[in-house]
Amino acid sequence: MATTTPAQTATNRKADSFYRSRLFLQRAILYLILTFVAVIVLIPMFWMFATSIKPKNQLFTKDIQWWPANPTFDNYQKLVDNPATPIVTWFTNSVLIAAIVTILVLAVDSLAAYAYARMEFRGRKILFNVLLFTLFLPGILFLVPNFLTINALGLRNNYLGVILPALAGVFGVFFLRQFFESIPKELEEAGHMDGANSLQTFWSIALPLAKPALATLGVITFLGSWNDFLWPLLILQDRSLQTLPIGLRSLQGSYTSEYGLMMAGAVVAAVPVLILYVILQRFIVASVASSGVKG
Amino acid sequence: MADTIQGRDIPGVAVQNMKTKRRFNITPYLFILPHLFFFVVFVGYPFFSGLIYSTFQYNILTPENNKFIGADNYTNLFNPNSREFDLFWNALGNTGLFMLYSVPALVVIPLLLAVLLNTKLPGRNFFRAIIFAPWVLSVSVIALLWYWIFQSNGGLVNAYVKTLGLTGEDGPVRWLSTLPPAWIAITVATVWWTMGFNMIILLAALQDIPEQLYEAATIDGANTWQKFFRITLPLLQAVLVFVVIITIISSFNLFGQPLFMTNNGPSRGTEPVMFRIYDEGFNRNNQGSAAAMSFVVALIMIAISYLNFRVFGKKDNTY
Repeated sequence: MATTTPAQTATNRKADSFYRSRLFLQRAILYLILTFVAVIVLIPMFWMFATSIKPKNQLFTKDIQWWPANPTFDNYQKLVDNPATPIVTWFTNSVLIAAIVTILVLAVDSLAAYAYARMEFRGRKILFNVLLFTLFLPGILFLVPNFLTINALGLRNNYLGVILPALAGVFGVFFLRQFFESIPKELEEAGHMDGANSLQTFWSIALPLAKPALATLGVITFLGSWNDFLWPLLILQDRSLQTLPIGLRSLQGSYTSEYGLMMAGAVVAAVPVLILYVILQRFIVASVASSGVKG
Repeated sequence: MADTIQGRDIPGVAVQNMKTKRRFNITPYLFILPHLFFFVVFVGYPFFSGLIYSTFQYNILTPENNKFIGADNYTNLFNPNSREFDLFWNALGNTGLFMLYSVPALVVIPLLLAVLLNTKLPGRNFFRAIIFAPWVLSVSVIALLWYWIFQSNGGLVNAYVKTLGLTGEDGPVRWLSTLPPAWIAITVATVWWTMGFNMIILLAALQDIPEQLYEAATIDGANTWQKFFRITLPLLQAVLVFVVIITIISSFNLFGQPLFMTNNGPSRGTEPVMFRIYDEGFNRNNQGSAAAMSFVVALIMIAISYLNFRVFGKKDNTY
């Protein structure tokens, strides 16, 4: 509308008011649909929390009880107190493993990505194409042989059995390489002129510029590690070593029909990543959005 | 090093020296070494060792009985009289069924949501953020949550069914212990969990379509549907194929939802092929046979992706 000339506006005045009311109606319908979808998405999460603060006798009521008459944190307390469901330990394990994996992946991948992006060396192309090729291989291929490797190394029931294989991924290398290639070369060349070696230019020029990419890779690596299920289920069999997603499986097995307790466990596993999501949403969404462009 | 310092005032010299001397430089290798080490141990080596294990009768508990059996692990999967045959094909069929249920929903719903959100609507990012949110949760969390919501007694779904007076004569629907309701429950949980992911990818692609195309179409008198089918869909084709492929692959990876929600039942009715491999390899301790199953399943996954790409992936951007 803003681009129409005054003459046009004069002749279009009637049509204009028609379009405006139509636009208003369109928007109202759109908001209605989107609000409906948003509510559908939010209800299960709300229900998870509401259930977790319900006393046992309010779980199976005749009518839906959206909010308990007397909310209580008893379910959480019970999980903490029961040695069969060491939720605090599970939480600590999850934080520890996800944090270590994230830091190591960032370190290992950024070094490799920088070399593939910026350095000339024999075998660079072949190696990089081999990495690229493995991106298309389904993960299931590696389940049995990697289990046997970890078993042979004596790393079952050991955090390292979960941490070390996570460092082999190639996604981070691609992701960061792409970013390093987008940095103007002149900046690093200037560094070289001033007598800085490769490690110094990497550390003090390239890495600081790559902060947004590192943040993105960091947050999705953390999420992936925090949420990982199949591999840690296989490797961490001691309850005291398990992470939250595996702990939830033990929890489901420990109680029958105690949905308040189960939901309390689910809330403990969900809240940290939801907080992370609220704070770092733009990094997470950007990484997902870019995956389609690359494909 | 000395060259660089000497040539400091004449940049061209330094660059020339670096180019002409071409000495072996170990630095790049040191940079890639940490990643390459883990890559070789946990991606490169297992690719080949997995193939070798798949030709063995292999059990970590009784290593003295491990022996080379050629292609037996593979032929057993195609021999109706073998121990593995029924279970394997039942599970593979279940995964295929789940693919048929979930992939269309996970393409159509996200596409509709992306189109709705691809407008200059105030609060658009807010809705986008909410719809995507479940994706950040672990499969354990979402599966446990929907396990509770679909409980036949006390579950949220049946409470609504009751309120709306839809309960049949046989009493409340037993969502998690009858077929096909169990598949509906698993599919609903999965769609809720991952639709935001596909939506974001499609939304990003929609935003790349130049506004002028729609403006030109409007001038030519095209209506909303015509614009969608003649402009949006054709230009979205490449990304749509990508979304279909990654959705198929992730549907093949179904594992956690049935484990938590239906315990793979009723009577293995929702047991997915990933569980079959897991069970074969780590409960029954037949790692050789499990490795063979992995290769067969991986081949099927690659074949489906490739076919999709070949059939629908032709870039035909003649607009």
